Amino acid sequence: MNEYQYNKITPKIIEHLKEIAPKRVLVGDEINDDFSHDEMAIYGKAKPEVLVETLTTEEVAAVMKICNENKIPVTPSGARTGLVGGAVSIGGGVMISMTKMNKILGYDKENFVVKIQSGVLLNDLAQDAEKQGLLYPPDPGEKFATVGGNVATNAGGMRAVKYGCTRDYVRAMTVVLPTGEIVNLGATVSKTSSGYSLLNLMVGSEGTLGIITELTLKIIPAPKSVISLIIPYENLEDCIATVPKFFMNHLNPQALEFMEKEVVMDTEKFLGKQVYPKEMEGIEVGAYLLATFDGNSEEELEDIIEQAAEIVVEAGAIDVLVADTPALKKDAWSVRGALLEAIEADTTLLDECDVVVPINKIAEFLTYTKSLESESDFRVKSFGHAGDGNLHIYTCSNDMELDEFKKQVAVFMDKVYAKATEYGGMISGEHGIGHGKMDYLAESLGPVQMRVMEEIKKVFDPNMILNPGKICYKL
Amino acid sequence: MDILVCIKQVPASNKVEVDPVTGVLLRNGADSKMNPYDLYALETALQIREHTGGIISVISMGPPQAKAVIREAFAMGADKGALLSDRRFGGADVLATSYTLAQGIQKMGNFDLILCGKQTTDGDTAQVGSEVSEWLNIPSVSNVRKITKVEKDGITIEMDLPNELEIAKVAYPCLLSADKDIFQPRLPSYVKKMKTKDREIKVYSLDDMGDKDESHYGLNGSPTQVKRIFPPESNDHREVWNDDGTVIADKLFHMISELKFI
Repeated sequence: MNEYQYNKITPKIIEHLKEIAPKRVLVGDEINDDFSHDEMAIYGKAKPEVLVETLTTEEVAAVMKICNENKIPVTPSGARTGLVGGAVSIGGGVMISMTKMNKILGYDKENFVVKIQSGVLLNDLAQDAEKQGLLYPPDPGEKFATVGGNVATNAGGMRAVKYGCTRDYVRAMTVVLPTGEIVNLGATVSKTSSGYSLLNLMVGSEGTLGIITELTLKIIPAPKSVISLIIPYENLEDCIATVPKFFMNHLNPQALEFMEKEVVMDTEKFLGKQVYPKEMEGIEVGAYLLATFDGNSEEELEDIIEQAAEIVVEAGAIDVLVADTPALKKDAWSVRGALLEAIEADTTLLDECDVVVPINKIAEFLTYTKSLESESDFRVKSFGHAGDGNLHIYTCSNDMELDEFKKQVAVFMDKVYAKATEYGGMISGEHGIGHGKMDYLAESLGPVQMRVMEEIKKVFDPNMILNPGKICYKL
Repeated sequence: MDILVCIKQVPASNKVEVDPVTGVLLRNGADSKMNPYDLYALETALQIREHTGGIISVISMGPPQAKAVIREAFAMGADKGALLSDRRFGGADVLATSYTLAQGIQKMGNFDLILCGKQTTDGDTAQVGSEVSEWLNIPSVSNVRKITKVEKDGITIEMDLPNELEIAKVAYPCLLSADKDIFQPRLPSYVKKMKTKDREIKVYSLDDMGDKDESHYGLNGSPTQVKRIFPPESNDHREVWNDDGTVIADKLFHMISELKFI
């Protein structure tokens, strides 16, 4: 398919790697099976030949240098929570695990930034920042992903509707290029008009242009008060139709998620708790909005909640349930947080898509995807970020044969992605492309953009050794 | 069925200040919430009412700002509410508290069923419910973890005892103290909050009580002498085991069995 040729790892190279990272180099069967796949096993497994757990930028650079000189593929690896095979070493070679580079290096509370190693888990950063009275706004659903992984996919998450995605919080980074050179991109300062933004090119590059080893991230003072609302509706159409009304009325929810009743019920069963009402005042609930608002005082927030409640009730919500204590908020969000986990626990064959559509098309789009269910033998479950149109749609089966599942899913995905593109949407909102979604990206963006991306890749990585076969070209 | 639920406003955080002279908890209305166990009691009442119909009243005792928890109960579905509020009720121990509540309950009317939370998260005595039943001379059951049947002549419950589970049918009128997780409490409804925002909350003072003898209320009516009250030391004891996996697994199994986690 392409002209890129790689070499096998020799015992001599392994010796070199062991000198760089003593006792942190694993070979062959010593490597746990976890390193052969991410959380979406449907895209296939591939084990690296060698796994190196690095501790410093210099170690990463030294490993890259050797691999570049010997034309050996390298796959960077975070917490392996990806959903598109982005960190699966389909080219073999060396995998660099970043999870031991997990130190929070320090806060600059005058410039509102935090410096971390890229292997810090999102959950650890969020909790640590909270202790300092600060908030790291990006809030992807998977709290046990590395922040480096979040940057590599420009993960969005729940709070993106108000605060933006990971990209908006990356001020500077240290990156090891595929050649082994170390570069510092960006700066602590908030403005720049200083040449091409290699920093922004690196964000969302899924470990194909360089390995991010350190990050300087923007943080904000934590809002003083936060309240969540569970808003039940009779049907999804009314639920989604409310969304623009918040913005029209100058209400900026921190998070605005939608969930259909069936998915909520499955998740509550999985969690063993009942939080969301299924029937209210004799009306059967069909869908929910889960909204979070923040404010700088109880009074300010009280006003916001009152306005929001009036808007949604007028827009057809059955009621508005107020979660205003930490325990209630935790309960309300625990269901949202466990949606994927509950689907995974209940499903043997699973595939997903992570499209973004304009918010006024969400309901129509979901009705379309649901209508495709009758043409397939799998079930379709969906939820997502109502505030920004990023939808997570899952195809689930427990009784289909793998080949038949893949065949039917391919037909489904073709239609779903085509519809998203027709509506002016994008292939992926936050999960990335990896190697699982490359064909759909090519279909959506066209050959010119794909070629330009491959050419950019070549500039950074002349030997095409870093995370080969991802995003823009096939192996 | 006429159901009454006893609810209390408690500090929202566990960082509670104590008056150094009286040993009484200093309450600050701004940072407070309904006692979590009372949410279970109130949800139990709401669930029972869904089957039997009837009226749910709530009663609370505290400063005027404790009306907030009564409003919250309205937003969850309670029908009526009264607050026992008088400076002379202040500083009450369990005896004086239960006596005041019993007096207030008698003032409010007759109830088939009185529900309390198992305990509060500030005082933590878990005695007030049973003592109220003594003053009212009605049967009471503590640690109720399940309602199995609601009938016209009584209610069948499961009581969680240290080593066994007792199933009992209790005749009305009676008092039950609800344990955690008996039902998942519902969230307060904004629509109900708006509908009930002008609903009257009756406030009763000592002068409204049947017994007007001041020595039975508040600090005066409290035989408990609080010598010192302090937050418990937090237990940050940690053990690190270095051993073979099988040995550690065995040790861990015994430890969590002993601690009754399994």
